[in-house]
Amino acid sequence: MKVLVPIKRVIDYNVKARVKSDNSDVDLSNVKMAINPFCEIAVEEAVRLKEAGTATEVIAVSIGDKACQEQLRTALALGADKAIHIETDAKLESLHIAKLLAKVVEQETPELVILGKQSIDSDNNQTGQMLAALTKRAQGTFASKVVVEGDKVQVTREVDGGLQTVSLSLPAVVTTDLRLNEPRYASLPNIMKAKRKPLDVIAADSLGVDLAPRIELVKVEEPAKRSGGVMVESIEELVNKLKTEAKVIS
Amino acid sequence: MSVLVIAEHENGVLKPETAKVVAAATKIASDITVLVAGHNIAEAANHSAQIAGVQKVVAVDDASFEHQLAENTSELVVELASDFSHILFSASTTGKNIAPRVAALLDKSQISEIIDVIDADTFKRPVYAGNAIATVKSLDSQKVITVRGSAFDAVETQAACDIEDRSQSIASQVSEFVSIEQTESERPELTAAPVVISGGRGMQNGENFALLNGIADKLGAAIGASRAAVDAGFVPNDMQVGQTGKIVAPNLYIAVGISGAIQHLAGMKDSKVIVAINKDPEAPIFQVADYGLVADLFDALPELEQAL
Ligand SMILES: Cc1cc2nc3c(=O)[nH]c(=O)nc-3n(C[C@H](O)[C@H](O)[C@H](O)COP(=O)(O)OP(=O)(O)OC[C@H]3O[C@@H](n4cnc5c(N)ncnc54)[C@H](O)[C@@H]3O)c2cc1C
Ligand SMILES: Nc1ncnc2c1ncn2[C@@H]1O[C@H](COP(=O)(O)O)[C@@H](O)[C@H]1O
Repeated sequence: MKVLVPIKRVIDYNVKARVKSDNSDVDLSNVKMAINPFCEIAVEEAVRLKEAGTATEVIAVSIGDKACQEQLRTALALGADKAIHIETDAKLESLHIAKLLAKVVEQETPELVILGKQSIDSDNNQTGQMLAALTKRAQGTFASKVVVEGDKVQVTREVDGGLQTVSLSLPAVVTTDLRLNEPRYASLPNIMKAKRKPLDVIAADSLGVDLAPRIELVKVEEPAKRSGGVMVESIEELVNKLKTEAKVIS
Repeated sequence: MSVLVIAEHENGVLKPETAKVVAAATKIASDITVLVAGHNIAEAANHSAQIAGVQKVVAVDDASFEHQLAENTSELVVELASDFSHILFSASTTGKNIAPRVAALLDKSQISEIIDVIDADTFKRPVYAGNAIATVKSLDSQKVITVRGSAFDAVETQAACDIEDRSQSIASQVSEFVSIEQTESERPELTAAPVVISGGRGMQNGENFALLNGIADKLGAAIGASRAAVDAGFVPNDMQVGQTGKIVAPNLYIAVGISGAIQHLAGMKDSKVIVAINKDPEAPIFQVADYGLVADLFDALPELEQAL
């Protein structure tokens, strides 16, 4: 079974994004970048499937400018067998990404595609579902457990009311939630080995997908600042202030 | 312009999110239809008809839609879609699961988790865990949107509008429901509660979450948690508040033993009043708190319960 793992290069999750002073976008110059945390979990899950003998090959794919090869190398160091870089400098929407990934799926015919549930920059939470629709596959989103059994995959999903389990016919699309696994760290020997693993580059323009923007970014602003709060000395003072000043309890 | 709102319901009971999504729809157009798809949904359909501003309810009651699987529900929505300029879902796990599938089938770019409607094409939405608010304009002829409920006030009720029963069955060939482990709770739902009290890693274990019960009882509060508390297995995942959990904006949010990571703040910083109880005076949570108390939670919580 082949597993395809789409990964995205994003701002490191520990870094607080800053808005540019001209309000055109978020300022990403000189900001630490990393593999999207949910994608890291996706890579880990795929590698575990390979270690368990369920998967035969793990392919990482990333769409973006040259810099995202850094994250593809990370994925290779974590255990992916080969990487595909779909190169473009364009700012793409989830729909475009899903269409490009659908082309890769057509070429590579993976039984399972594991994506992150959400990019922590756009907070879109769309690509996996869109890819599933475009490739007419079943989807198991927000997975906290994935069990492959024969030609099916059982996915336990983190939903608002608890945990839902669905059974999907393969080929299928899964998106990861945080609790699915705890990703390993890449060891130095594996980082060295990753440098020799294959990384193919394909120009996004060559895949015959319409990449014209459908959404225009009008402006980006700082969220409303909370006005400074006060420190209280005791529970008594706190309760008093909540009653008489904030008037949120009676 | 006309809006199709996909009702949010569970076990045939309409969820309060639906009236919030209708509130967003009202800012787009006055022609609003609600789709209730599921099984044994008569009550949810009746309640939908009573949401102010709704002109028509389409009820599709069929066993094939019982679990609102994305694969077949998206096909149903696509069949109805051509009559509408906007298709709105709640940004719940159900909405997030289905909406992008609908958008892709319609070849439209989705706009996720809007918090404001500027005009029929232009919306505000948080990005980067709420550290930036983007204004985006859709260039598509038809918009597929998810709505962040906490950003909209539920609309009032009205005398019921017409309900059109539509008989339709679409069984998914590729996906099957197996089971649901539902978290039972007598408390109000996190996203609907006027008061939320959340515990973090500082609670140390699941048993200690009981310290929040008495306070929650007195305040009619829902109980939430940080991701660290969920990861450590103190409480179930559906209690998680944050960027990747539930987004809440109650009148009062009390954070106990929570440091205030970016991802947690993303889920609660639009609360009207924030209280933080933490033993570390440097904890970032104090930067967003209206009232901060530096204290050991094991002293503070029993005292708070007493004082209420
Ligand atoms: C992609 C991604 C998504 C994430 N999404 C979310 C999310 O949606 N929601 C979320 O919450 N987190 C999320 N996280 C995790 C987040 O980064 C933090 O790790 C998490 O919020 C920390 O939880 P915490 O504050 O409970 O724990 P800690 O950061 O460990 O803080 C514990 C706090 O308790 C205090 N404390 C300890 N003992 C006591 C005591 N006796 N009395 C009083 N105070 C005490 C300490 O001073 C400390 O401030 C996400 C992380 C990633 C990478
Ligand atoms: N540029 C990209 N390249 C590869 N995969 C991506 C890209 N953007 C998004 N994805 C995948 O889609 C998931 C969800 O992204 P999103 O829909 O943007 O929230 C991510 O976790 C990735 O697995």
